[in-house]
Amino acid sequence: MNDWINLHALWEIAVVGLICGAGLPALFAVGLRLLNPRPVPATVGGQNDGAAEPSASVSAGAGGIAAASLCFAVVLAAVAWGIYLIVNGS
Amino acid sequence: MHDTTLLVLVVVTALAFDFTNGFHDTGNAMATSIATGALRPRVAVAISGALNLVGAFLSLSVAATIASGLVDTKLVTLTVVFSGLMGGILWNLLTWFLGIPSSSSHALIGGVIGSTMAAAGGDAVKWKGVFSKVIIPAAMSPIIAGVIAAIGTYLVYLISRNLVQRTRDQGFRIGQIGSASMVSLAHGTNDAQKTMGIITLALIANGTVSAHAKAPFWVILSCAIAISAGTYIGGWRVIRTLGKGLVEIEAPQGMAAESASAATILLSSHFGYSLSTTHVATGSILGTGIGKKGAQVRWSVAGRMATAWLFTLPMAALVGAGAYAAAHGIGGSGGVIVMFVVLVILGALFYLRSRRTAVHPGNVNEEWSGSVAPSRSQEPVAAGTRGAA
Repeated sequence: MNDWINLHALWEIAVVGLICGAGLPALFAVGLRLLNPRPVPATVGGQNDGAAEPSASVSAGAGGIAAASLCFAVVLAAVAWGIYLIVNGS
Repeated sequence: MHDTTLLVLVVVTALAFDFTNGFHDTGNAMATSIATGALRPRVAVAISGALNLVGAFLSLSVAATIASGLVDTKLVTLTVVFSGLMGGILWNLLTWFLGIPSSSSHALIGGVIGSTMAAAGGDAVKWKGVFSKVIIPAAMSPIIAGVIAAIGTYLVYLISRNLVQRTRDQGFRIGQIGSASMVSLAHGTNDAQKTMGIITLALIANGTVSAHAKAPFWVILSCAIAISAGTYIGGWRVIRTLGKGLVEIEAPQGMAAESASAATILLSSHFGYSLSTTHVATGSILGTGIGKKGAQVRWSVAGRMATAWLFTLPMAALVGAGAYAAAHGIGGSGGVIVMFVVLVILGALFYLRSRRTAVHPGNVNEEWSGSVAPSRSQEPVAAGTRGAA
C-alpha cells in the first residue's frame, strides 16, 4: 500500500499544514487580540489609518504592542518561507 | 512528422485551455475575499491575475512531469495532445457554466488520458501513476485542507471572541488579502506549469525540441500571460458558488480558509504532489463552515460539486477520446482543423448561453437563492460591466 500512498509525506503535510494553515491565522488572531481594543495598527498592512471609533477604553500597553508585533512578524516570516519554498522549485 | 499548422493549432488550443484554467480557478483564491468585502471584485481579480503572472515565472522545475508520469510519452502525437486539450476545455466550460468549481488539472489529465487511450490503447496509460499521483491525492487533499481550515476557524473565533466586531473584521480582512494572495501565487506556480508541460510535450512530439528539453522561454511567457488574463477576466459564476453558495463567509473564516489552502498546496507541491487547487480551496471553505458554530453549510451544493469531481476525469477522457476518434477518422491535419473549428463553435455557444444568466462583478455577491445566476431582476445595470465570464 505504501507504494501507492506516501504515508510519510501525508503525515508531514498534515502536521506542518496544521501548524501553518491553522496556527498562523490563530497567531494572527492573538496579535489582534493583544492590540484590542485599539484599532488595527498601520504596522499590519498600512491600510488602516487608525480611524476607528475611539470607544477604546483600554489601550494596549507597550508590552502588548511589542507582543502583537512579534505575532505579526512570525506570520510574515512564515509567508516569506512559503514564497521561498515556491521559488526553490517546489 | 513536422507539421507547422498542426503545431500552431495545438499551441493555440493549449493556451486557450490555460485561459479557461485561469478564469475557472479565480474563485479558489479570491472568492472568500470578494464575499466578505475584503476586496472589491475587480480589484480582487486584478491582484490575483498579477500574482498568477508572477507565480508562473517563479518556479519552473516540474514543467514536464504532468504528462510523462501519466502516459507513455513515446506514443503521444500532436493529435493526441490536441484531443486531450479539447476534452479539458469543454469540461471546464461546462462546469464553469454550471458554476461548479471542478478541477482544471483533472480535466486536462482526463482529456489526455482519454485521447491517449483512443490512440494507443489502455496500456499507454500509466495507471499506477494516475492513482498514486492524481486520484489518491485528489481524495485526500480536500479532507486535509478542510480539517485544517475547520481547526483554524475554531481557534480564530475562540481567540478573537472578545474583539469588537468591527476591529476584528478589519484586521482579518487584511489577513485575508495576504493569504488569498499566497493562494494566487501558488496557483500561478502550479497550474501555469501544467500547460507549459503540455506545450513542451507537443514540441517534443513534433520533434521541434529534444526529448528532455525544458520549456522554451516563449512557452513560459505565453502560458503565464494566458493564465493571468484568464484569472483577470474572472470566473464570476464559480466565484459566486464558492463565496456565497457553499457557506456564508465572514472575514475570519476567509482568512482561515485561504491559509489552510495556501499551506496545503505549498507543502504538497514541496513533496512533489501536484494537487488540484480547486479541491483544496473547496475543502477549506467547507471546513471553515464546519469550524464556526452556527454557520450554515449547504451540503446540497457541496454534494453537487463532489459529484462533478467524480465525473471530471472520466467525462474529460470521454470527450478527449471522442475528439481523437473524430480527428483521426477525418485524418491528418484536416481532422485537427475540423475539430478545432468544432471547439471554437462549442466555446462560442457556451459563452452566448452564459450571457442569458450572466454573473458579473455587480451581482456576484447577491444573496444565494439556490442557483448560480441571481434572479432575473438583477440583470446587468451598468453598461460597463463586461464580465459574463
